Amino acid sequence: MENKRAKKRSMAVEVWQRLVKNKMAMLGLAILVLLALCAIFADVIADYETKVVAQNIANRLKGPSAEHWFGTDEFGRDIFARMVHGSRVSLVVGLISVSVSLVAGGTLGAFAGFYGGGVDNVIMRVMDIFLAVPSILLAITIVAALGPNLVNVMLAIGISGTPGFARIVRAAVMSVKDQEFVEASRAIGASNATIIFREIIPNCLAPIIVQSTLSVASAILSTASLSFIGLGVQPPDPEWGAMLSSGRNFLRDAVHLTLFPGLAIVVTILALNLLGDGLRDALDPRLKQ
Amino acid sequence: MHKYVIKRLIMLIPVVIGVSFLVFFIMSLAPGDTARTILGEDAPMEAIEALNEELGLNDPLLIRYGRYMWDLAHGDLGTSYKSGRSVFSEVMSRFPDTLKLAFWGMIFAVVLSIPIGIISATKQYSLMDSVSMVLALLGVATPNFWLGLMLIIGFSLHLRWFPSGGSEGWKSLVLPVITLGTGCMANITRTTRSSMLEVIRQDYIRTAKAKGVGNRSVIYKHALKNALIPVVTVIGLQFGSLLGGAVLTETVFSWPGVGTYLVNSIKAKDTPAVLGCVIIFSICFSIVNLCVDILYAYIDPRIKSKYK
Repeated sequence: MENKRAKKRSMAVEVWQRLVKNKMAMLGLAILVLLALCAIFADVIADYETKVVAQNIANRLKGPSAEHWFGTDEFGRDIFARMVHGSRVSLVVGLISVSVSLVAGGTLGAFAGFYGGGVDNVIMRVMDIFLAVPSILLAITIVAALGPNLVNVMLAIGISGTPGFARIVRAAVMSVKDQEFVEASRAIGASNATIIFREIIPNCLAPIIVQSTLSVASAILSTASLSFIGLGVQPPDPEWGAMLSSGRNFLRDAVHLTLFPGLAIVVTILALNLLGDGLRDALDPRLKQ
Repeated sequence: MHKYVIKRLIMLIPVVIGVSFLVFFIMSLAPGDTARTILGEDAPMEAIEALNEELGLNDPLLIRYGRYMWDLAHGDLGTSYKSGRSVFSEVMSRFPDTLKLAFWGMIFAVVLSIPIGIISATKQYSLMDSVSMVLALLGVATPNFWLGLMLIIGFSLHLRWFPSGGSEGWKSLVLPVITLGTGCMANITRTTRSSMLEVIRQDYIRTAKAKGVGNRSVIYKHALKNALIPVVTVIGLQFGSLLGGAVLTETVFSWPGVGTYLVNSIKAKDTPAVLGCVIIFSICFSIVNLCVDILYAYIDPRIKSKYK
């Protein structure tokens, strides 16, 4: 038991040491830590009631200044404060919807890969049907049917990401299920569920971690896209895509309304992609060669 | 080869049936009374009941789906609740505009990305490689609707080079095409580069060079053909995001395509129109995937030989 723990720790340390050497991945991680801190301490940075939703028409469409770093919107609300609270929405939606995809897709993929044959065929053909609808269109359809709110957005993005995870986990499970440690586990009488969740899944973590990181990026992008067409977070709650959508009406006179929320999306997705690429190299150094 | 194409065409049928059922099922989950949506909140109960009966909305899901598929097979996607016109003719009248946007978006992406990817790979770690990879990373991270808004600010409102909306003349096509194609371009560039890097390290490339084959010939005749398979896969997959992206790009540029129609139909709770748009987009995506699979066989003789 002691040995097993030591081995696990050393593997994590090894991956971390490889990751630390990758400057771009570290830059991505630093940006994400900063964003996470913004999201956690959003209420400390800017009060929700007075700065984020309260309207102040006298202050409307002011450009960036010392008082309002990123200017104010058409209702006189501070754009920086709304972006800070918007980061909370983006990160929460990103993490929860990817968790939905991971649990649903991971379980289906693991069963398909482990049992093979008919089970594999049925699960993967159903997944193929999901994959035949472009993911953002699937998310749009689900939200259009269920109604535009945050929970439905998370569910829609989670469901549309499920087939991707099912495919990756299935491939990973198939690559390790015939290895000796699985046979050994079966020989000592472990049940199929124990073999899948305690032996196989922990040995397939590398592609799952990479896919999860990259999926958070696409989930944030999908959330912003849905909000942009009016299907995501509803006003007056702040969300980066929704902020861009309302800023569209003021492109000529108040560029800051669309510039800053857009930059926030770009920087966040860039950071997640940099970290995802770095993790892929760190978890499987053969790929880098 | 014909066998392969026919086999793939037959495989398209269950996909279309599955996709249509999935979308039909999701849309049937919509809360609220369809007849009430059409007739308005103040409509009498009898009228609502009569309309529900007339539209067959009281029937079980599978019966409604069966009827929908029968109509679909006859080119009928139902009637729009909003306009009262055939959804099929509404979608088809807008489809050429969406296809035009998607086609030129893909051409823009492919024409720029493949040469950039090849140069990046053959001149790895050069300034050109670094610049193109940074731009590709930014391209992947930039939401196309935001890029569209920034292009409108720069090229329509300030420089006044291109219009900010509409679909009149080639000038109105430029900004939407750049908006739609940039994300795809970034993805294809990254794939072309990594695929080329893998291929140019193979033994047969070294052999070709050792035989004295010129650099250009090695890259374009020997390496590129072998590097193309993953690139074609990505191009096929990107077509899906291109269709999804078209919905947003059309919204930004008020482009009169299926995407704008879809968004307006969602806002109007026009279920048959939403259903029709998503099914047409999905069938289109499936056909492109089929074309990509057939293209593999032309690029890779190993696949072709399997089906002779």
